[in-house]
Amino acid sequence: MQEKVLMKGNEALAEAAILAGCRHYFGYPITPQTEVAAYMSKKMPKIGGVFLQAESEIAAINMVYGVAATGKRAMTSSSSPGIALKCEGISYLAGSDLPALIVNVQRGGPGLGGIQPSQSDYFLATRGPGHGDFHVIVLAPASVQEMADMTLKGFELADKYRMPCMLLADGTMGQMMEPVVLPDPVELDSAPKDWAVTGTECKREHHIVNSLYLSPKKLEDINLERYERYKKIEEEECLWEEFMMEDAEICIVSCGITARVSRNAILEARKQGIKVGMIRPITLWPFPKKPLLAAANKVKSFISVELNMGQMKEDIELAIRCKKPVYGCTRVGGMITTVDDILASIKEAEKGEE
Amino acid sequence: MADHQIIIAGFGGQGLLFSGKVLAYAGLAEDRQLSWLPSYGPEMRGGTANCTVILSDEPIGSPIVDHPNVVMVMNNPSLDKYENMVAPGGKLFVDSALIGRKVERSDIDVYYIPATQLAKDMGAPTLANMILLGAIVKETGCVSAEHLEEGLRHAVPARHADLIDLNLQALEIGKNYTQV
Repeated sequence: MQEKVLMKGNEALAEAAILAGCRHYFGYPITPQTEVAAYMSKKMPKIGGVFLQAESEIAAINMVYGVAATGKRAMTSSSSPGIALKCEGISYLAGSDLPALIVNVQRGGPGLGGIQPSQSDYFLATRGPGHGDFHVIVLAPASVQEMADMTLKGFELADKYRMPCMLLADGTMGQMMEPVVLPDPVELDSAPKDWAVTGTECKREHHIVNSLYLSPKKLEDINLERYERYKKIEEEECLWEEFMMEDAEICIVSCGITARVSRNAILEARKQGIKVGMIRPITLWPFPKKPLLAAANKVKSFISVELNMGQMKEDIELAIRCKKPVYGCTRVGGMITTVDDILASIKEAEKGEE
Repeated sequence: MADHQIIIAGFGGQGLLFSGKVLAYAGLAEDRQLSWLPSYGPEMRGGTANCTVILSDEPIGSPIVDHPNVVMVMNNPSLDKYENMVAPGGKLFVDSALIGRKVERSDIDVYYIPATQLAKDMGAPTLANMILLGAIVKETGCVSAEHLEEGLRHAVPARHADLIDLNLQALEIGKNYTQV
């Protein structure tokens, strides 16, 4: 166990990546995640790792592809507009079944948008960020501690299922400081992976990392196999946290910074005699459908609190099969829902107003 | 719920984020629950800047504070912005060397401290932030004097370690300042 230290979320995730055995970081600066690159630029050269500021986001993600193909842990980080640029590369990683960690510290959009916190890349992240049929595992931390823990988890899951994983944070999580206990360093298996491109030395068959399949049958089979894996992930890897759900009549669903604000609003509402609880998805893909469906049989209604125009709300409605009304409490553009905003939505839901 | 919800605000360059860091590190030394949230981006390059620090004995929900119970302001726009947000019964610390007007509210405690002038008088014009911080710690008891010093030692980067003593002097001036 390491000692408790004070760090920004961006720094905590960078250090956690190093502790997870990542020695290859490729990035390009953009607010509000630049501290990740700054931290890596200081640390990586000292530990024999690679920090490379690429000429563009597209170059950076393709460098990640190159390292991932050798079976080593690689990562890149950016914020919303930069992630959009990386999507082609993420699709290629998914199509080649390569593990990698992509960090997205979201800011307001669309376009260049703003630099203040946002969760408006929810659809981009959860629907497969790029062309073709695929998913990435999406983790949504809600504290600096989780910025570190989820980075470790992200690398683990990416390796386990041979697919890209996205740490989907928001500007607040990146910029805030909280006490954090960093994870212990991970001992990685040094044996070469049985699919990695590491040089044959003329002693074995070639390993081929590729996403191009000109035979439709072959490409279909590969897609079907991948979706079998996704099914297993949906069954086994969902993460969520419940808060005051035992007797809740209204269920807030929220992740990241808005889950933190919701917690305050829930305590305030309970002081006023309204029984509110929260299910906080930690994995956004796979989305924790089971606990939500179970809650739908107990609560009167749901409220989706998010920093976008209601993207996660759709997943909640699908998860609960529209059994109960889902209200929305949203702010966008870099504005953040306040306790009062959420309390107003709770009262609306309490009255059952449309 | 949180005990001290603190907002520190003024112009970029006045050491506001640093003041918050000193408090945060002091809170860490006390093993308390805490969060430190800065404004970021172009605000840090001469516009208004602020940071929010929560020190609590309970787990912290939102790191964003709508009704702070301690506020320190070092320019007019910040006083205009935060005066009405201070929770009733809260404490407002004003650098009266930079802010001419008086606070209009009567349901909060206001401390007028000419910190920027006091800092000039001690020959360290950039340490007005530490003078105000010294006053905050004395009046609110948000952290102990011992942990405040420990917080300062952690917050000052190693390359500026020679400035720690001067910072400690500034904190003392703030602690000992009596309003006239």
